[in-house]
Amino acid sequence: MPTTLPTHFPTVDQVGVVERAARFTTRSIKTAAKMQGLRMVLSMIDLTTLEGMDTAGKVKHLCYKARHLHDRVEGLPTVAAVCVYPNFVGLAKQKVNGSGIKIASVATAFPSGNSSLELKLNDVRMAVDHGADEIDMVISRGRFHAGDTLYVFEEIAAVKEACGKARLKVILETGELGTLDNVRKASDMAIAAGADFIKTSTGKIKPAATMPATLVMLEAIRDHYFATGKMVGMKPAGGISKSKLALHYLIMVKETLGMAWLDNHWFRFGASSLANDVLMQFVKQQTGAYQSADYFSLD
Amino acid sequence: MTTVLPDENAQPSWELAPAPESTDHVNLKPAYDLFINGEFRPSRSGKRFPSINPATESTIAEITEADESDVDVAVKAARAAHENVWSKMPGAERAKYIYRIARLMQEQARELAVIETMDGGKPIRESRDIDIPLAAAHFFYYAGWADKLNYAFPNRRPESLGVAGQVIPWNFPLLMAAWKIAPALATGNTVVIKPAETTSLTAMKLAEIFQQAELPPGVVNIVTGHSEVGAAIVNHPDVKKVAFTGSTEVGKIIQRSLAGTDKSLTLELGGKAANIVFEDGAIDQAVEGIINGIYFNQGHVCCAGSRLLVQESIHDELIRKLKHRMESLIVGDPLDKNTDIGAINSREQLNTINSYIQIGKDEGAQFYQPSCPVPDKGFWCRPSLFTDVAQSNRIGQEEIFGPVLTAQTFRTVAEAIQKANNTQYGLSAGVWTDKGSKIFNLTSQMRAGIVWANTYNKFDPTSPFGGYKESGFGREGGLHGLAAYLKV
Repeated sequence: MPTTLPTHFPTVDQVGVVERAARFTTRSIKTAAKMQGLRMVLSMIDLTTLEGMDTAGKVKHLCYKARHLHDRVEGLPTVAAVCVYPNFVGLAKQKVNGSGIKIASVATAFPSGNSSLELKLNDVRMAVDHGADEIDMVISRGRFHAGDTLYVFEEIAAVKEACGKARLKVILETGELGTLDNVRKASDMAIAAGADFIKTSTGKIKPAATMPATLVMLEAIRDHYFATGKMVGMKPAGGISKSKLALHYLIMVKETLGMAWLDNHWFRFGASSLANDVLMQFVKQQTGAYQSADYFSLD
Repeated sequence: MTTVLPDENAQPSWELAPAPESTDHVNLKPAYDLFINGEFRPSRSGKRFPSINPATESTIAEITEADESDVDVAVKAARAAHENVWSKMPGAERAKYIYRIARLMQEQARELAVIETMDGGKPIRESRDIDIPLAAAHFFYYAGWADKLNYAFPNRRPESLGVAGQVIPWNFPLLMAAWKIAPALATGNTVVIKPAETTSLTAMKLAEIFQQAELPPGVVNIVTGHSEVGAAIVNHPDVKKVAFTGSTEVGKIIQRSLAGTDKSLTLELGGKAANIVFEDGAIDQAVEGIINGIYFNQGHVCCAGSRLLVQESIHDELIRKLKHRMESLIVGDPLDKNTDIGAINSREQLNTINSYIQIGKDEGAQFYQPSCPVPDKGFWCRPSLFTDVAQSNRIGQEEIFGPVLTAQTFRTVAEAIQKANNTQYGLSAGVWTDKGSKIFNLTSQMRAGIVWANTYNKFDPTSPFGGYKESGFGREGGLHGLAAYLKV
């Protein structure tokens, strides 16, 4: 795929974006629509653990949870993927084997991205060699702010090449980009450089995913589709821990992009605690009462 | 060019379940009398007419048809209240009543919103989030001025005019009542007001609020009925000030009938606002502004951004995005919290809109409507867009007062200004650009009372509102809104 750095980036009006994003939260999602939405949410989760103190045991338990979200409720979908550091990819791959669950790995000197391109590419190759289906890379925000957009662009393109068959998610870290204009610019650059997904955040910076930043990214995806007919995926990550908020994200996707993106091939939530909140809603639907958080496993 | 996205049928659809606002808490009488001198009383003739829910075509309540003799009683009550009570009361005391009205409106906001939606067809989201809060805000705002009129007009001794005769339209029933009544009361005038015949119910609920607020009898009188009632108010010799919001046609009749009298007049009439989008604007947010500008309240808005002017270089891209966005609009039950576009206010107005759609097709413009379903019963019009519209087309010149947008292109700033100003109206305009200097250039050359930059349809009680040319004269809202009700 020929990759060239775009020469023009659309402007974004922050006030308008915030207002539009707020409108999605006024949609009332009830009864059957709510349950259908929650089922989609579960199936779109990248169940994530990205801690310095992660252990093989923790990853193993996370993989079990990914396959068995809540066995007391029948017919639940599995999550879309398990997201771990590169050194746990091999183990995780083995533990989800046969379930259809993908293994995603952060790479490229996650979360800061402050390293040499050579090291970053090795990071990616290692994760892919161990079986990662998806690579979540970070862009070099320092270079981006310094105006070295070509460097950032070429770096993404190089990582994409290193990914081989693995799908590439490009983390913009919108919380560090400063303006929504920059979010749009970084989205367009990442898409032009070959991103299969664009992703808001590492989860290590506050704010992580926000609806306005996600909306700007969805608009970039839509414009790319209008221009080329090619779909790109979206992954908001961090800060989405409640079912209601997740449903509002899905409404935003539906009204900005359409039903085609409401599938875990094209949309993901990067989240660790969202799944349990959704499960709580499912149990409430069955029993008529909310159960305490202690009835849902913490893995 | 298609607006359909890929594999639209590959996914099971995800439709929102109905989420209707409850009507259990609404307290409506089967019939409403006139509100004169602080009490509900029947008209002399006893005639009544039904108020219809335009979404279901069922009758909600009966409204009284007043006649000249009823208007005479109302005006005399208002005059007595002005001379004996209201004009003599210190401003701070008047303010207490007005604040009380504002607070009662807030307390009853939910009921008022539901009634407004049932009676007029506007989506509950708008009546709940815009109409009712803004109406209360106008009372709060003008209550604050009541004891500060000497500071509003330094070195003057402002005096009230007397009885204000007010006639308001059906598009924002309670909000327009608030725009008219709040400044009149704050300045020491008394009021005889006629709500529109299709949407009188929230005015009658407001009458109940006046009673709860113990507003002195005769300070506000509400007479309902058709245009003859409005004419009787306007022509009554004891009315000293006429304030009208409505069509330019009726505005002209009023102005003619007041010629040679010493009555003062403000008119807020029609509009055909240009919404101008430059290539350097934030296009996605402009699309939102265009949607909000024309489809807000089914396009029954005098300041609606009904003429879209797009810079030629972004025309195709913007129209594609606009059509895509129109596909996600939900048309239907106004009481449903998810409804974006409600019912057309009356069958008569629906006929007018449909006749303009036919005119546009006959004029050769390209017509587009999204495929959204609409209910069988009731008055509905899908959001509509005409592209390839000429400056000389009637659909681009005349006020349609419905969800119908016309799109034209321009190349230069000068052409945009020329086209925007080339209209008999001059109420409002919108400008979308990332360049501050362009905003200032345009706003200073636009002959329109309100110009919004990178937003549209934003209202605030502190901001004056009014038109140029056939959009009327006089300003409502803000400090300017006081002057219309005072001798200074």
